[in-house]
Amino acid sequence: MTPARRDTLFWLAQRTSAAVLALCLLVHLAVIIYAVRSGLTAAEILGRTRGNAPLAAFYGVFVIAVSVHAPLGLRAILSEWTLWRSRSQTWAMAALAVLLFGLGMRAVWAVVQ
Amino acid sequence: MVAMAGGLTPEMEPTPSMLDVRVWHGAERGEFRHYRVPRRDSQTVLDVVTHIQRHLDPTLSYRFACRVGMCGSCAMTVNGVARWTCRTHVDQVTSDGRLEIAPLAHLPVVRDLVTDMRPFFDKWAKAKGRFQGGSTRSDPVARVLPDTPERRAVDAAIECIGCGVCYASCDVVGWLPDYLGPAALNRAWTLVNDVRDVSRLERLRAVAEAGGCLSCHSHTSCSERCPKKIAPTAGISGLKRACARAALGGEL
Repeated sequence: MTPARRDTLFWLAQRTSAAVLALCLLVHLAVIIYAVRSGLTAAEILGRTRGNAPLAAFYGVFVIAVSVHAPLGLRAILSEWTLWRSRSQTWAMAALAVLLFGLGMRAVWAVVQ
Repeated sequence: MVAMAGGLTPEMEPTPSMLDVRVWHGAERGEFRHYRVPRRDSQTVLDVVTHIQRHLDPTLSYRFACRVGMCGSCAMTVNGVARWTCRTHVDQVTSDGRLEIAPLAHLPVVRDLVTDMRPFFDKWAKAKGRFQGGSTRSDPVARVLPDTPERRAVDAAIECIGCGVCYASCDVVGWLPDYLGPAALNRAWTLVNDVRDVSRLERLRAVAEAGGCLSCHSHTSCSERCPKKIAPTAGISGLKRACARAALGGEL
């Protein structure tokens, strides 16, 4: 893959994930406001989330979007503001993506299992 | 008539009939020097600089040619903003009679108000800003209808005079020295839309790499400051879309 195609696909992925995140955030905030109307406990949260497949799918998408968006954004910031623009930077950002994905999915699994 | 750098003396306070002008002297290192210049009707900033050079300080270096907004050689930083000085009236940029004139930002200073434009035009070359036709002189003249989308896109961007105002106004150029800048990308956009050009993909590859159109933050400073009222931001957005389509199609 040429550097031009790679960079363009990265750019496209960042913009697409931003759009997904914007929708996810709106839904997430609306659900929070709805859910806490009469107070909220950990037991109530788990009561709603355990075995809830749609919730798992929604937050799974959320985590994927974060895992794509954050490393690519950080990559752009590092390239602009520091001299770290080598291949090692790309690998470090890939590692960050894996880390975010792993931690995010672990959290989703913890509330729906 | 000429006062060196430092505080203003009482007799140098601006008056309605005089301008208080600070002008950069030196190269990367230097100082602002103070001058008092008679205020005239319809006076341009270039008139002020020319008055200083002809009557107050013949050592002052600056660049100009046409004086009518065609050649793009007289751009400077006026009161902190990059402008073409031949078409900028003093009344537009100061109300209290004070002017500060410096060389364009983001370019090496040769001397005083003269910048080295080579990095600026080298980036035009890097962005493949040269027309590459595919026909010979034996072929018929190409017919490009004026109301096609491509021709309209070219019309909106083609009047660039290469003054460097957009380049000096761009934050990304300041942060990322490899960034091609608004003018070079605007030029590439006109050629991407030129139906006679045969280097479209090669050009898209050039502007899609690091430092190309994808680095633009869409701050729109270039569009805001362009003296020819071109909107390089719109052209750069067009390049982003063209690159995205080419990347998804496997052409890049």
